[in-house]
Amino acid sequence: MTETITLTVDGVSVTMPTGSMVAAAILKSGRHVFRRSATGEPRGPLCGMGICFECRVTIDGEAHCRSCQTLCENRMDVRTDG
Amino acid sequence: MGESRHVCDLLVVGAGPAGLAAAYHAAQSGLRVTVVDDNPAAGGQIWRGEQSKSTSSEAQKWFERIRSVDIQFITGARVFQQLAPGTLLAETRQDVCELNYASLVLATGARERFLPFPGWTLPNVMGAGGLQALVKTGLPIEGKRIVIAGSGALLLAVAAYLRGRGAEVLLIAEQASTARLARFGLGLIGKTAQTFNLKRQLLGVQYLTSCWPLSAQGEDKIETVTLFRGGKRWEVSCDYLACGFHLVPNTELAELLGCAVENGGVRVNEFQETTIPHVYSAGESTGIGGLELSLVEGEIAGLAVAGKHEEARRLFPERAKQRKFADLLNRTFALREELKQLVQPETIVCRCEDVTFDRLRAHSSWRAAKLQTRCGMGPCQGRICGGAVEFLFGWRAESVRPPVLPVRVESLVRSAE
Repeated sequence: MTETITLTVDGVSVTMPTGSMVAAAILKSGRHVFRRSATGEPRGPLCGMGICFECRVTIDGEAHCRSCQTLCENRMDVRTDG
Repeated sequence: MGESRHVCDLLVVGAGPAGLAAAYHAAQSGLRVTVVDDNPAAGGQIWRGEQSKSTSSEAQKWFERIRSVDIQFITGARVFQQLAPGTLLAETRQDVCELNYASLVLATGARERFLPFPGWTLPNVMGAGGLQALVKTGLPIEGKRIVIAGSGALLLAVAAYLRGRGAEVLLIAEQASTARLARFGLGLIGKTAQTFNLKRQLLGVQYLTSCWPLSAQGEDKIETVTLFRGGKRWEVSCDYLACGFHLVPNTELAELLGCAVENGGVRVNEFQETTIPHVYSAGESTGIGGLELSLVEGEIAGLAVAGKHEEARRLFPERAKQRKFADLLNRTFALREELKQLVQPETIVCRCEDVTFDRLRAHSSWRAAKLQTRCGMGPCQGRICGGAVEFLFGWRAESVRPPVLPVRVESLVRSAE
């Protein structure tokens, strides 16, 4: 039994296996710019374990969520800053 | 936002191998044990995803042990402040937990060391463990072209893992020399449990020693990486550059509590107790040593907390053996001086605040650099640039202030009450 979860990344629908992280869903959706840095550079995940904060995005209206530490949920609305 | 309170005999911070081993022995001795971890599931980095589906027999053994005793897990919670001795605060997505304990085991693990080079901030340039973590948590990697670079046994484990998931691993660039690897024995890499069957899994993949990345190029993500070896430089096209220069212990929480740190790791006595009574530390947070050392240190800490000092003592020879192996590993993968030349004047060192190397080198200490440039003052609080400035300038953070991680305003209000 492989359950899946469907969420949207910048309005694009993505289906992921249960237990997946939002960061993986964003990359799978084709996005690689998660946020813009202080000087406007494109940035994406670096550490993959919640330390660098480079993967932060807006999840269900909440800004600055670490996408690598947040589990995907059905109907989640993920917004990058790319 | 809600609040909750947990009272326990032993609080373990970090649900990786060391934390689980400590928790198991204490719980088996009848102590009330709570384990708190930032990640959504137990296992740490090395056993990520192993709780639900074990692929390693060692992980399976430990998760079975954990299930056989009564332990309370609080996952998705980051400890950010000490309210008073014996009380820590942790933030979850929903609330703030107050954690009251008689004894504490800090098993906060390690992170990768990142060295700045032109283009290292481009999307799809990640840590080696970083990319592995993303693939373990759902990133499809089949057919993707990957260059793995940096230093350490982790590079090989990651290469094998990614290849097993269908990635095209183009090459592994290891900064250590063949002479160094040979002197300490290439075989030692194969000794670690997480890298068994490595030789077979990596058949045909180029392992280039004395080789490192000079720069990464691309528009909005990496397109090519320039590598250097033996006076020659060349470009390789890739989808991802997975690059980490060995590991750095996570000591921030221990430092916040006032524990002494030496040689980059939390200082402990023979029973893994730190310089603060009733506060123990085990695993990578005390120094980089790998899975087996983490497990035995965790066991010793858990037994000591439970008052079973004689039983703990019987594990000392095993720990001594593993520490010797760890020393060997750390000397083998010591970073070469040339890597200090990778960073260019305009290269960003602090990614949170976009502080360049040029602006940093005008200062004489991290404290001065921080005040003038905000280096290390962004959300990661120096965790990423810290390992780099330590290598580049020899600076170490002078103090850790709460909160040790960015938290919501509501959580800070709670901690001030």
